[in-house]
Amino acid sequence: MAMNPESGLPDEQREKVSRRTFIKGASAVAAVGVVQIPGAAAGIDKAGVEPDILGPGPVSIRLRVNRSDLDVEAPPSTTLLDLLRDHHGLTGTKRVCDRGSCGACTVLIDGRVVDSCSMLAIDAIGSEITTIEGIGTPENLSDLQQAFIETDALQCGFCTPGMVVSCTALLEQNPSPDRDQIRQGIAGNICRCGTYQNVIEAVEYASRKGGK
Amino acid sequence: MHDAQRPDDEQGPVTSDQLRLIGTPFRRVDGRAKVTGQTRFADDLFFPRMVHMKLVRSTVPHAHIVSIDTSRAKKLPGVLAFLTGDSMPVPFGILPVSQDEHALCQDKVRFVGDPVVAVAALTEDQAHEAALAVEVKYQSLETIASIDEAISIMEPRIHDYGDEGNLHKKISMEFGDTEAGFSEADHIFEDVLYFEGSTHLPMEQHAAVALTEETDRVTVYSSTQTPHYLHRSLAKVLELPAARIRVIACPNGGGFGGKSDPFNHEICVAKMALMLGRPVKICLTREEVFYCHRGRHPVLMKIRTGVKKDGTLTAQHLQTALDGGAYGSYGVASTYYTGALQTVTYKLPKYRFDSIRAFTNKPPCGPKRGHGTPQPRFAFEVHLDKIAHELNIDPADLRLEQLVAPGSVTANWLKIGSMGLGKCINAVVAGSAWRERYRNLPEGRGLGLACGSYLSGAGLPIYWNHMPQSGVQLQLDRSGGVTLFCGETEIGQGSDSVIAAITAEILGIDLHDIRLCVADTDLTPVDLGSYSSRVTLMAGNAAIQAAERARNLVAKGAAEELEVAARELVFAEGRVFHGEDPDKSMSFADAVIAAESRFGTLGTTGSYIPPRSPGRYRGAGVGPSPAYSYSATVVETEVDPATGIYRIEQVWMAHDVGKCINPALVMGQIEGSVYMGLGEAMMEEQIFRRLPKKRSSALVHKHPSMLEYKSPTFADMPPVTTYIIEDPDPNGPFGAKEVGQGPLLPMMPAVANSIFDAVGVRVDQVPIAPHMILQALEAKDRGKEARFGPKSFPEIDFGVPLRVPTPDEGGDGKAINIDEAGVRTGTGTMNERKDGVKEEN
Repeated sequence: MAMNPESGLPDEQREKVSRRTFIKGASAVAAVGVVQIPGAAAGIDKAGVEPDILGPGPVSIRLRVNRSDLDVEAPPSTTLLDLLRDHHGLTGTKRVCDRGSCGACTVLIDGRVVDSCSMLAIDAIGSEITTIEGIGTPENLSDLQQAFIETDALQCGFCTPGMVVSCTALLEQNPSPDRDQIRQGIAGNICRCGTYQNVIEAVEYASRKGGK
Repeated sequence: MHDAQRPDDEQGPVTSDQLRLIGTPFRRVDGRAKVTGQTRFADDLFFPRMVHMKLVRSTVPHAHIVSIDTSRAKKLPGVLAFLTGDSMPVPFGILPVSQDEHALCQDKVRFVGDPVVAVAALTEDQAHEAALAVEVKYQSLETIASIDEAISIMEPRIHDYGDEGNLHKKISMEFGDTEAGFSEADHIFEDVLYFEGSTHLPMEQHAAVALTEETDRVTVYSSTQTPHYLHRSLAKVLELPAARIRVIACPNGGGFGGKSDPFNHEICVAKMALMLGRPVKICLTREEVFYCHRGRHPVLMKIRTGVKKDGTLTAQHLQTALDGGAYGSYGVASTYYTGALQTVTYKLPKYRFDSIRAFTNKPPCGPKRGHGTPQPRFAFEVHLDKIAHELNIDPADLRLEQLVAPGSVTANWLKIGSMGLGKCINAVVAGSAWRERYRNLPEGRGLGLACGSYLSGAGLPIYWNHMPQSGVQLQLDRSGGVTLFCGETEIGQGSDSVIAAITAEILGIDLHDIRLCVADTDLTPVDLGSYSSRVTLMAGNAAIQAAERARNLVAKGAAEELEVAARELVFAEGRVFHGEDPDKSMSFADAVIAAESRFGTLGTTGSYIPPRSPGRYRGAGVGPSPAYSYSATVVETEVDPATGIYRIEQVWMAHDVGKCINPALVMGQIEGSVYMGLGEAMMEEQIFRRLPKKRSSALVHKHPSMLEYKSPTFADMPPVTTYIIEDPDPNGPFGAKEVGQGPLLPMMPAVANSIFDAVGVRVDQVPIAPHMILQALEAKDRGKEARFGPKSFPEIDFGVPLRVPTPDEGGDGKAINIDEAGVRTGTGTMNERKDGVKEEN
């Protein structure tokens, strides 16, 4: 099975939100100044906007984030990352490389890991989005978040939200990964503090606890 | 530190056998916030009416600014204001001797990326569009691209200051009679090596938000490692009293030295907020972060060492040439650091050090993890490996026989405290089965050993003063909680957890009963910042002093109520009780109430000033530290001789941290250093290419993105076996020394040495790319020198060295030829100038 080095996910699972989709969308902006999103009609209909042509000005975007509906007016060129951070105040998701090569902006779209810096927000309409804020809170940590603390799998904490989201997805798919599978599964997440060894231990710890 | 004449009614210090929390792997205090994404980094701050700022950066490497036209940009939607250099004419810079930067360029740009105009707009996108629409016309000047060009091109000068032409700094120092030392040697070895520049690549881009909360005051939130120095720079450039400026350092999403300078964007954002009267934010793009840089200097080195048959070192002459980039930054200190710490690991009775730092039209270099010392450490440790090979001595034994003695003073007048390098070497030798496996592994597989040492904080502050380098203030209230105020900055290294734990230990309370208020120039006592591995030792000692004072107050209050002597009280488990009669006890909160009732509002302070170093020569300000950490590593490497591709299979790293405050955090720092060192050994390069002349000959970064700037991932990181060595230092809090930087140093030479053991070729430069190994193997096959690396070191007239007799020669720490060596009192750091003046008196 072909694995995507950035997400550690099989390529076919990533297809819906691949960089190619994103770039296609971006070049459409460049060419005609509008974006056509055939798959997004349902979300747009609700907002009462013409179903097949959007932008370039702000449009209504309704996203389902962490089990709540969030409505915002934003240009259709807005990335999912910017929408989450700048419009919804969900600042746990980090902007680091801004081009899909470090994993710090990872969110779950219908359970799949996605670099939110490289996806348009409008492409996420109709999907269930989970950010770090939806995984656990300080009073109600997920097993994996607790494991990160127990194994000291974080230092500066800037890659940590993306790391936690990626590891959560990994454990969802494979509740008992071995070390190589962990390494493969989260290879797209970069940490400059060098916590890799402890992150692997955190995943193993959470896996032993049977949690995610 | 703890005086013998303590009054009878006061408590003694907490001794190492009484420790309950210190030394145990407690959870870090910021863990919950960080794993849930709740931690507020600078770019996570949003304020009502906040607008955004972008900088227009130079597209040419070296030029006069002819004109700036904002007319087209002004008409764009959302645009609010522009700033140009004329609004902030006062220069700044981190070191008092190199105040060579401006918030925005004045008449000249010095590298691609130098900021020329700041623009504010309602949204980040609008600010970006406006920045693109600003038209700047330049008149190009000749570009200086390299150390060689800086030596040969005297005009045009990048700066109108510096030691000569485009040489920012030139140093020559001789400790003892090195020629006599060389004449005692049986062999003289000489090597030329090169260390490529690399950048910090923190996950968090630099960001800052400024707001005018009150009419005449400005607050700057920033991702800075050094809020105090930023505070001073803001006051200087904005020409405002420091009391009207507040700097709050947000937790840093990684620093590694890259956020230690005051930056243009931090000053511009404050000016813009004052001008607009509304909050202004800037967050640099990833590309801008590469151009801000301040990272590892590229250094070319020539190392020459006299050695006796038995491996005894008799003298060393080290020459270094640093490519400094376009501004001073910490460069003068970096230059000295490429020589200062050569003496703290192995006995080096005579030592000469010459160095230059060149100005070039590239982003400025500065301090990166290890600041100036990894490059010469690489040279020394590879050089020693070659010496051991030639003399047929085991590289571990060669080192073990030459260790500096604890408590000794080196040839260049550095005072060594505790010294656990021998234990470190023994640990990794045993762990890796070195004795059995070194030189005995199959072709293609090899082991390499190397060592290092680093400062636990610089002995002197960056600007001359007699004040504490770190201060801690405690506020005790009747709830039983303790608020700790300290200027230190959490950059991921765990400093918040360390000072909270030290305080909790002494007061016998839970870690989570300590509320931290850190890195806020309005509220917290000055701490110089999170750089040079200084926080655990300096803020830790200040915290001990403040906590002991607080404990004495609380003990007196409790003693009165419990009707016992205060000195007999024990503080533990959130209670205060009699050591021999634990029934006489009360909660810590009640004890605080008793003390507050007796003394009024409770607060204490603690501060730390490092001991004075014995060196009295000009340049003696760089190198002294209250304590030196030591590290040793063995690396196992598999090399494919057909392709040169190699893989690190295993790392054994031992680090003498003096005393673990928290072994979990210590191991995290060790493994983080191993990780970053491997990146520098194998792949990381901050390198530039020159565009064609018709495109201005600009020196542009080869790969300013995280995809192309290669750094190690999960897939590259080998297993690391970590050994923590504890050789307590009398100057450290509970004996603790640094750990954040030292373990990086031995990684690069150990990798190079392991490649030699694997395939018998030397690569005398880092990062080591497969083609280098392949070329050296091909040279070997052709009967040529089995080596890849620089051929020669440039001819440089260093002049007469400053001669300083060593302690063994009966010296007094001063230079003996100030007139002959032409010491210029007009330059150098304030410390050096002061030392120069002292010498002259």
